Amino acid sequence: MDEPAIYNEKTLKLKALRVRRDILEMTAAAGSGHPGGSLSSVEILVTLYNGILKYNPTKPNMEDRDRMIFCKCHITPAIYSILARSGYFDPATLLTFRKLGSDLQGHPSRFHPKGIEMSGGSLGQNLSIAVGVALGLKTQRKPNRVYGLSSEGDLQEGQSWEAIMSAAHYHLDNLILFVDYNKYQIDGYVEKVMGVHPLDKKFEAFNWHTLVVEDGHNFKQLHDAISKALTFKDRPTVIICNTIKGKGISFMENQAGWHGRAPTRDELILALKELDNEEASINSSN
Amino acid sequence: MQREMLLTRQGWADALIELGEKDKRIVVLDADLAKSTLTCQFQEKFPDRFFDMGIAEQNMINVAGGLSLTGMIPFVTTYGVFVSGRAWEQIRTSICYGKLNVKLGGAHGGISVGPDGATHQALEEIAVMRVLPNMTVIVPTDYYETKKAVLAAAAINGPVYIRFGREKVPVVTTKDTPFEIGKAIIMKKGKDVSIIACGVMVAEALDAAEELNKQGIDAEVINLHTIKPIDRDTILTSVKKTGRVVTAEEHQLAGGMGSAVTEILAQEFPVPVAMVGIHDTFGESGQPRELMEKYGITSKEIIAQALKVIARKK
Repeated sequence: MDEPAIYNEKTLKLKALRVRRDILEMTAAAGSGHPGGSLSSVEILVTLYNGILKYNPTKPNMEDRDRMIFCKCHITPAIYSILARSGYFDPATLLTFRKLGSDLQGHPSRFHPKGIEMSGGSLGQNLSIAVGVALGLKTQRKPNRVYGLSSEGDLQEGQSWEAIMSAAHYHLDNLILFVDYNKYQIDGYVEKVMGVHPLDKKFEAFNWHTLVVEDGHNFKQLHDAISKALTFKDRPTVIICNTIKGKGISFMENQAGWHGRAPTRDELILALKELDNEEASINSSN
Repeated sequence: MQREMLLTRQGWADALIELGEKDKRIVVLDADLAKSTLTCQFQEKFPDRFFDMGIAEQNMINVAGGLSLTGMIPFVTTYGVFVSGRAWEQIRTSICYGKLNVKLGGAHGGISVGPDGATHQALEEIAVMRVLPNMTVIVPTDYYETKKAVLAAAAINGPVYIRFGREKVPVVTTKDTPFEIGKAIIMKKGKDVSIIACGVMVAEALDAAEELNKQGIDAEVINLHTIKPIDRDTILTSVKKTGRVVTAEEHQLAGGMGSAVTEILAQEFPVPVAMVGIHDTFGESGQPRELMEKYGITSKEIIAQALKVIARKK
């Protein structure tokens, strides 16, 4: 919300735990959904919505807001959680996720809930949307920034590279793209399914400013990268974040199987217990 | 009948310039075909509001979507096969599901594209565009109607697909003919058979009606420029009077304008129908007129089908 852009690691870690609980509870309640890639994106989202993005949940369409465009739209549990926890809507509705008549569709619609700029779900498409938004803002000489959240799966789509090519061509330095690089996709380990390595060299070759965050779950590293990206001119910036699919839940980490399956009741209890322990350890540290 | 011949794509380009002068929100995107689609004329006048996206149509469609999210009104064009085919899912999921205010211009529609051959002769756009919720589909008949369709598309909020052609085509409307999206135009009144056509086939239908008249058959000719939303009332009023229908389009018969008409007739007022169009085949290289004759989309075929449909219901 309108919290000052101060960097407080402990607060951010607790917020990340809150989002992780939501992800698990939402997918368990729905009996479907995508916990793996949601969990890997948590620190990126918590960072963005706590002091980086310019937004106002009570005026979701305010003219000078930054635009957050989700390219990996299957991570709706993480997206809806961060929006609700940032004040866009009542977190109580999170448990309607994927149910008939709910605002919280399996993949997001731009008409609901508040805070969603663009519908999505078909990979490869929304990076182009982000480019279009950045181009539109730049053409109208507006200072707003565009942030995108992609993944290496999203970058397997050919269209993504058309978008990347055009963003550099039009010098869209108002665009910062995050890649949640968690190394797993539905069919398994990315380098076995369809290798994308080396992503940083690919972006460099496409004339982007390229930053790599070694640990995409480390708030300090994410903040440092963003601070640097905000100084870059003339070309768009990608921040490739090395993350862990299923991060935070021991039995979900680095398991492709958790891409698109919900935890059972028993698994949910186990997972929440791990998060309780994590919370206790954060609170006991200084 | 001798008629003035003009380019429909010039109607597209002229309307874009007219819009661009009045409204700074108008932007134009092309995929390395600006000289062919004539958007180069807009580019020359408004270089800051023209974006060449290179040969990357899927990206172009969604970049247009992104531009629309910032309040701009993008008009996107390339050849019809590439807009409606290569970028179909982008149009479906981003543009139509998102109800984005993006206007699509499909150039080089139909077999009359000529020597470029089958790969470039779009014959499926009506079918694949009209199946999409929230989409408006317009196939204007001539230069003036194309211009009016573009102006009308800019005035509504939401996706619109406009098909135009490569060749000069007969002018059958005037600068002053009223144009309203979703409102078909009765080009000639008649009582014996309703000929419902769009695009270049409207001129063919008028020629056919003139010829049929010599044989004592009084045909009504309807210019169904908007395929979606379809003008159900004008169609049903005409058909209730004539009791027989010939549809004519420069498009595959499956899923096209004729199919749209028969979907209404089958459910609300079944009568004998004959359909003129492309019979489940690809085109080939040749001169436009040669191709229209070979593939059976001329006034001659409309006349033959009208006579058949009249014989079916005396």
